[in-house]
This record gives sequence, C-alpha cells and structure tokens, in this order.
Amino acid sequence: MSLADLTIAEAARRLEEGEIASTELTEAVLERATMTEARLHCYLTIDREGALESAAASDERRSKGQAMGPLDGIPVALKDNMCTRGIETTAASQLLSGYVPPYDAHVVERLRAAGAVIVGKTNLDEFAMGSSTENSAYGPTRNPWDTDRVPGGSSGGSAATVAAGSALGSFGSDTGGSIRQPAALCGVVGVKPTYGRVSRYGLIAFASSLDQIGPMARTVDDARLLLEGVWGHDPRDATSYSGEYPSLAPALDQGVEGMKIGVVRELSGDGYEKAVDAAVEAAIERLARAGAEVVEVSIPTVEVALSAYYLIAPAEASANLARFDGVRYGNRVDGETTEDMMARTRAAGFGPEPKRRILLGTYALSAGYYDAFYGKAQQVRTQLIHEFRAAYEKADVLVSPTSPTVAFELGARVDDPLAMYLSDVCTLPCNLTGDPAMSVPIGVDDAGLPIGMQVMAPALGEERMFAVAAELERLAGFEARPPLGDA
Amino acid sequence: MPVEIDIAHVARLARLALDDSELEIYRRQLSQILEHAAKVQSVATDATAPTAHPLGLTNAFRADEVRPSLDRDEVLSQAPESQDGYFVVPPALEVDG
Amino acid sequence: MTWEPVIGIETHVQLKTESKMFCGCAVAFGEEPNTNVCPVCLGLPGALPVTNGRAIEWITAIGLALDCRISSTSVFHRKNYFYADLPKNYQISQYDIPVCHDGHLDVDVDGETIRVRIERAHMEEDTGKSQHVGDGGRIHQAQATLLDFNRSGVPLVEIVSRPDIHSAAQARAYAQELRAVVAELGVSDARMEEGSIRFDANVSIRPAGTSELGTKVEIKNMNSFRSLERAIDYEIGRQIAALERGKRLVQETRHWDEEAGITHTMRVKEGSSDYRYFTEPDLPPLALDAEWVEKVAATIPELPAARRSRYAEAGLDPQIAAVLSAAEPELRQLYEEAVASGADPAAAANWVTGEVTAGLRRLERSPEEAFLTGQVIAELVGMVAAGELSSSAAKEVLSGVMEGEGRPAEVAEKRDLLQISDSAELEGMVAAVLDENADAVERYRSGEAKVIGFLVGQVMKASGGKADPKLVNELLRRNLES
Repeated sequence: MSLADLTIAEAARRLEEGEIASTELTEAVLERATMTEARLHCYLTIDREGALESAAASDERRSKGQAMGPLDGIPVALKDNMCTRGIETTAASQLLSGYVPPYDAHVVERLRAAGAVIVGKTNLDEFAMGSSTENSAYGPTRNPWDTDRVPGGSSGGSAATVAAGSALGSFGSDTGGSIRQPAALCGVVGVKPTYGRVSRYGLIAFASSLDQIGPMARTVDDARLLLEGVWGHDPRDATSYSGEYPSLAPALDQGVEGMKIGVVRELSGDGYEKAVDAAVEAAIERLARAGAEVVEVSIPTVEVALSAYYLIAPAEASANLARFDGVRYGNRVDGETTEDMMARTRAAGFGPEPKRRILLGTYALSAGYYDAFYGKAQQVRTQLIHEFRAAYEKADVLVSPTSPTVAFELGARVDDPLAMYLSDVCTLPCNLTGDPAMSVPIGVDDAGLPIGMQVMAPALGEERMFAVAAELERLAGFEARPPLGDA
Repeated sequence: MPVEIDIAHVARLARLALDDSELEIYRRQLSQILEHAAKVQSVATDATAPTAHPLGLTNAFRADEVRPSLDRDEVLSQAPESQDGYFVVPPALEVDG
Repeated sequence: MTWEPVIGIETHVQLKTESKMFCGCAVAFGEEPNTNVCPVCLGLPGALPVTNGRAIEWITAIGLALDCRISSTSVFHRKNYFYADLPKNYQISQYDIPVCHDGHLDVDVDGETIRVRIERAHMEEDTGKSQHVGDGGRIHQAQATLLDFNRSGVPLVEIVSRPDIHSAAQARAYAQELRAVVAELGVSDARMEEGSIRFDANVSIRPAGTSELGTKVEIKNMNSFRSLERAIDYEIGRQIAALERGKRLVQETRHWDEEAGITHTMRVKEGSSDYRYFTEPDLPPLALDAEWVEKVAATIPELPAARRSRYAEAGLDPQIAAVLSAAEPELRQLYEEAVASGADPAAAANWVTGEVTAGLRRLERSPEEAFLTGQVIAELVGMVAAGELSSSAAKEVLSGVMEGEGRPAEVAEKRDLLQISDSAELEGMVAAVLDENADAVERYRSGEAKVIGFLVGQVMKASGGKADPKLVNELLRRNLES
C-alpha cells in the first residue's frame, strides 16, 4: 500500500514514531498525482518544489524534537480560490490566469505555521459557482470513482484529490454546498463549519454572508484535525467568531446513546434517487439501533430556500466580482475608455456561469426590483432560521441525504442551469442559516458510486455534529476505494 | 409567468460587454431562473426582519493602529499597466458623479 | 417676481485617524503614490474590511456636536458603481440607517441667527485619486488616467443639511461654522485647500412664498469659502435668468470654474444612478448604546458657538469675540490665562486679537517663543488700566517684551515709558504751564473750550510725553475753572 493511502491520523502517528519521513510521504503523494492527474485533473497548480522543501523542513524540525503538531509534514491541497502568496491563484477563471497574490489567506498562514505541506491548488467551478466543476475555465475534474462523471462542485478538485490519494486532506469552500456535495459524490468527508468559525480573509469571495472554508478528508477524525488546524478568531475578518472553540476529539467517542436525530421531511421524495434514500434510511436505522431516538421534523421554508439562495448569493456575488475590472490585476482587454476596457475585460475573462450570476444578482438588486426579490429573500432567510431553531428544540441534530443523486455524467446538466442548481437543495439551507453541516460517506449504489449523508447541527454545535458523524462512519463501515487502476 | 428583463441595461450596469445573441441567451435563462426565484414572494414575510448576521455579532472594531502596507513593487507587478508608481488605465468617459 | 433660493450643503470631512477606515494602512498625504496600500484598500481578491473604532467614536462626536440623534443600531451598505478610483467598484457607505440623524447647526450671518437642520451624518470610505494625463481631443491615443490609491479607504464623514439655507452668504457662513466645529473637535484638519473638508451645494430657486421645490442643481469643485459663496451666487443668478427667460432647468451636476467665474455642465449621466444598495455582509451592524454615547459626549470640548456666547457674556465686543473664537488655540489660551490672572476680558481680548496677533505675525513666532503668557498680558492690561502706561506706550512695551527684554514693568522702566500719573507731580507741571500761557487761559475762560487741547499738549511736552493725558486734562480743567 502506498503512503498516499494513509489517513492523516495514521500518517501523523508514523511521522511521530519516526517510521516514515515527511519527504517520503510527500513523494508518495506527488507520485500518486503524477499517475492520476492526466485523467482526473484535480489540480490547477502542483508546487512540487515548494512541497518538498516544506517536507524537508518538517523532517528537520522533527529531528530536532521541534515538531509542531498533528499537521506537521502532512501533505494537503487547497482550493484555488484561497490566496497563496507567490503561488498562482486563479479561482479557475481566465480573468486571473497568471495572478500571483501578494499575501496568504488566513488559513494558509495557519497551515504553514502548523508545518503542513501544501501540495498545490485544486480545480473548482469558476469563482466557486457551480455544482460539478465543469465551470472551470481550465477543464473539468473527473470523479475518481467513474471518470465519465463529475466529482461535484464547486470544490470538485479538493474532493477528488482526497479520494484519489493525491493529497491526504484538503480544504474547500462552501457557499451552497460546495464542500459537502462533492464530498458526497467522491466518497469522502466534507465539513462546512458554523459561519464565522474559519476566517474568510484571503478567500476569494463569492457570497460573503454564505461562504465558509472547511476541510475534506477520508475520515471524520482527519476532518477534525484539519478543522482544528485552521479555525479560530481572526481580527482581519469582522465576521469571525470570537467566542469559544472547543476541542472536538472527545466528541468522536461519544456515541449517539440518548441523542435525538431529526429527519427533515422536506429533504426527500421526488428527485431523490432510490439508492440514496435507501442508504440514508439504512444509516438512520443503524443509529437507532445504536441508541438514538429518531424523530421527524418539518421545515416548510426549505421548499423556497433554493429560490432565496439563488437571489441572495448572486446579489452578493455581483458586488464581490465587481472588483475584477482589469485596473489593478487580472487579464486586461484594452478599450478606448475605462468603461470600455472594464466591460471587455469582464466579458472576455468571466465564463458563462459567473456572467449569469452577475446579471441575476445585478437585476435582483436594481431599482424597482429590490423589495420583490432580494428583500423578500432575506426575509425568507430569517424565517428559515426560526424554523431550524424550532426543529432543534425537538432534535439534537438533523440528517438528510447530502445530495439527491449520486455523481451524474459529465455534460448531463451543463445546458440546464436550473437542473444544476437543484444539486444543492439539501445543502444550501445551512448556508442560509449559518449552521454547521457535514457529509459522511455511508455506502455506494449498484454502480459503485458513493452516497453521502448530511449531519446538521445548531450554530456552534460542531461537537454534537462530529459525534453523530463519527458514529455514522463507524456503523457504515465504508471501506471502498475508487478504482484507480494501478495504485 | 416569464419575467420581463431589460438585459441590455443590466449588462451595462454590470459592465459586461455582451453581443446581441449572448444577451438573448442570458435574458432567457435569467427569466426562467427568476420565475422560480419569484417563489419567495409567495411566502408571508411582511413582518419579518431581514437577517444581518446569523450569530448576532456587532461592532467588531479594530484599534486605530497603523499596520505595514504592501511593497509597491509587489503590488504593481500584478498591474496590467503601470507607470512611475501609478496604475494606468484608459481615460474615463464619464466624470465621477 | 421675487425668487427665493433654496440651498442644501453636502459636506465630506476626512477624519485624521492614524489608520484608514477599514484597514491598517497609514492615513498620510503627499506621499509617493501607492505606498500606503494593502489588499483591503486596493480591493485585491480575498480582502475583507474591518471597522476603525476610533472613526466611529469621532463620527459620534460630530453627531453630538451637531445635536443629532445617534442611532443605537446602524449598518453599513455597499454603494455599487464602477469607477477606476474605486477599487472594489463599490463604496462601503451607509444608506437608510446612518450613525447620526436629525440635528441642527445655528449660524450667525448678517446680524441674524439661522438654524440649519442636519438631516444626517454617515460614515464611508474615500476613493483613490485619478490624474488625467495627455492632451489633445477627448479620445486620443496619448491620453490615460493615472491612479494612486493612497487615499482609498481614508475615513469620510458625510454631513447632509436640509435645504434651510437661502442665500450664498448664509451658505458660506454655514460652511465656515461647520468647519469650525469639526476642527474644534480635533477629528479633522478640515482644510478646504487640502481637501480634508469638501463642500457640494444643491441649489434651486422658487417663487418667494411658495413651498414646492424647484429643479435641483448640484454644484461641485468649490475649493475655498470665497469660491463657495461666489459659485452659489452665480448659480442663483443663472437659474433666475433662465427661468425668467422661460427656459427649463435641467437637474444636473455642474462644475464651478473659479477662473471663468461660472458653473458649467459636467457630462450628464444617462438616467439617475442606480447604486443597488444592500447591507454590507462583511461588517456586522453597529450597536452604539447609551453608555457609548455618554463616553463620547464626555470628550467633546467647548464648541465655537458656546465659546462665542461665553465671550459675549464676559463683555467682549461681538466682532472681537468672533475673531478671538476663530483664532488659533494658543492665542485663545493666552486670552483665557490673562483673564484667569485678573485681566479685564474685553481689554485682554483687544490686545490678543490686535497687537499680539500682529506682533507674532511680524516676528514669525509663537506666543511661547515671544515670551508671552497670560500673566504677561494681564500685567500689561493692568498697567494701562492703572494709568501707568498710555496705550501707545503699552504697544511699545509689548514689542519689548516680545523681543525678550523682560516683563512689562521691567521694559517700561528700561525704556522710560512709565506714565506720570502722580497728581502732585502733575499739579506742579500744570501750574507751570498755566503760568506760562496766560493768554490761553484767558481764551479758555472766555469760552474757547478747545484751547484745553493746546494746554494738554504743553503739559505733555513738558513731561516728555509721559504725563497721563487724562489726568492732565482733569487737573487743567479743575485749575481753569476754579
């Protein structure tokens, strides 16, 4: 077995015991990348030199007894919408081709300080807008389980690389489900923490009130390690949570005895594949047998949450993407006047999905339409929050499928934006409420495609969320690996 | 009910130079999406306040202290056009209002 | 037809905080372009704003000084428009819930006091600076715009008055008083020439006695108080002339041309701007409770209007009071200390605003450098009041003091300027002069009252100019009438 197939926890143990060195671990991961990238295209940039330098430095520290912690020497990947100083950061857009940020995002600073080895920047839907990674200006990423299928999106590259073993863990961003949905489609764990837990400083913004950075890994425990490595208050992000950040490790051994698991009635039915429903039901049953009480909850506003999301997110995005104008950075297309230059630069640099969302958002905010669209959507949001809070009076956590379907075929939904948007129905409510949610792989369908189950918790409720997720993982016994050919 | 959109106006507001066929494609797609999005209007929310911050944070001030600025060379290295320490752009058509 | 001008003033005040509104870059002027910039104020991808707490304290202070209500909850909004000097292509500003609202400023002008209501004062960030280069026609190859983002993100307070102003002179007085208040608070240098305070005027006219508002025209680019008055005067005239000729006025923005003495149209924008305001998601709302407001209120110094009142009550001439109130703090300090040391306020004010100011300017020194303290002024004032110095002698003594010759009494002695006010001594001189000028005495006694002037002059000459002329006059009269 290649070192690339180790979990982070196991790799960390072996590094600590001196059984392996970070350099060889990193080499194994880079080797896996070499083998798989031509087909999978998880990465936009692989920083081989930088990674090996970091690995060597890690080994050096360890030899002097100065190891930094569990992430020291661990190879991880970052979605290419997180700014890395000195390393090209494109947000998978032509507009930023060749753009090199002059600063590191907060999470990047934290990872470097923890001694992690940054392997490279992963592929995504352009500006994180999409659910399949087909909107990347640099070509799609393919699902390691079936390379004719999508890995999900927008953090498709980050999910696929963990599934393939070309990184031991990764980070993505989640605005409507962009960590959880690809995690489910790629059979890995993906976490969207409570809004405000992980600093957004240095994350290229899509929708400011919805975006969160979170980890993706093969196990719940690995995801925990990654999350604890980057979460915490950051004074450079005014929306950063400044209260308590508990240690999550104890939660993983808690079990679910006496816990109330709420099943959201509205997140099932038409549009949900039978295999997905069946797998989720089976997982719920296992939880019940393990001592949990299962209750049904209703969150009626979930039915319009998609509509509210597709007004709020593009509205904020239209303003966040306005800065891409060819003045201070990015690929400029010249014009006779500034107005001309900006309009041409943006038309040439943005792909269809960002354009669509910018137009949608601009329209929703424009004079005469604000109250009917954006204003209403924000009210729906409040209503959704109230209903979730009421649901948490009846249950400790809520569960649902992460995605209504397993991975779909490349090209299947590109011509139907609305169909694509439906991929997010289960995940986007927690972006609107700000509550934490994560996806855990619980099985595969008849074609061997992974199925993920979503665990949701009240704001700041990561402990109970991880407790249930760990139990789900334990009970599911999901050991399948993607068929990578010669591994 | 399809939603009426002056797509050319929206594109101008958003500084996107699109040709007529592109404008038509987006107009149609937006119209469909907005038809769905208009569902929000059916929800009885007259008395509900919009949500500012999910965790109820307020203020989050920083102290009035100077922090190091960026190195100008590094900043201008990303500029499409620069001259003598300035960013350069073509002249503006409209004067700032 | 009598026309009534209706004017509202929009003021932008740059706060002189150490760092910018939403980032830690230094607020500094005249530096090399793009040297005080960072991801936030440059609008780089991934950057986030964080509110400068001191700026919020200072806008609260401005609001309190203008008698505004301070909103207990306030939010920032994004004002969306594309412009090269606006890095994010939106400005973080405030829309419907500004920090301050519904206040007023009382302004003295032309002998009356007008109350100008303040609609609101809100917080926002300044833009970068653009500089046009190249000549030739409007669209020409050689033309370009150079951008410097040092100013981008500097804190700005926008203060909007209601249209309670009805003449150019009133507008100027309002602007000057507002400027004085802001400067007194210490939150801004508030210098029009430097751009740390900027005024735009909204001018319309209507038939006197009506209440409907006419077409509003915005005037920009007034860079001094004088040009503000001139510009508004011109604009009022232009609008009246147009309406009287039957022409319609266009709602537009016009640019004041100081040299030509006219306003002219800036390019008219198609349709009004749609800023698509929405609540800034990157910044939590402001929660300013009563305790906060009280703390800020405690830091507010004596404001110009209160100070002028206090001076008036102390008996100062209103003109002098106004001059003193507007004088540099060091000069005002001299006055205050002089009064505290026992000087008559009116006399002290006269000296400080008159001879002291002139002398300091001539010597190009500060009061400290010119050996001046409140006690020194008080001494001087006292000596004049006691008759020890004539006012002209006192001026000389002041010069001597400012040149370092010592305290007033010392200088008066050294320069032999002390007035003779000892009656006995003067009696002798008076008697002698009356003896020597019998015919003048005769003329006085026969009704020529004016002759006393000549006699006073003789006594003055005899005393070498040091006799107290008032006393001499008194003594002469007594002698002549006895």
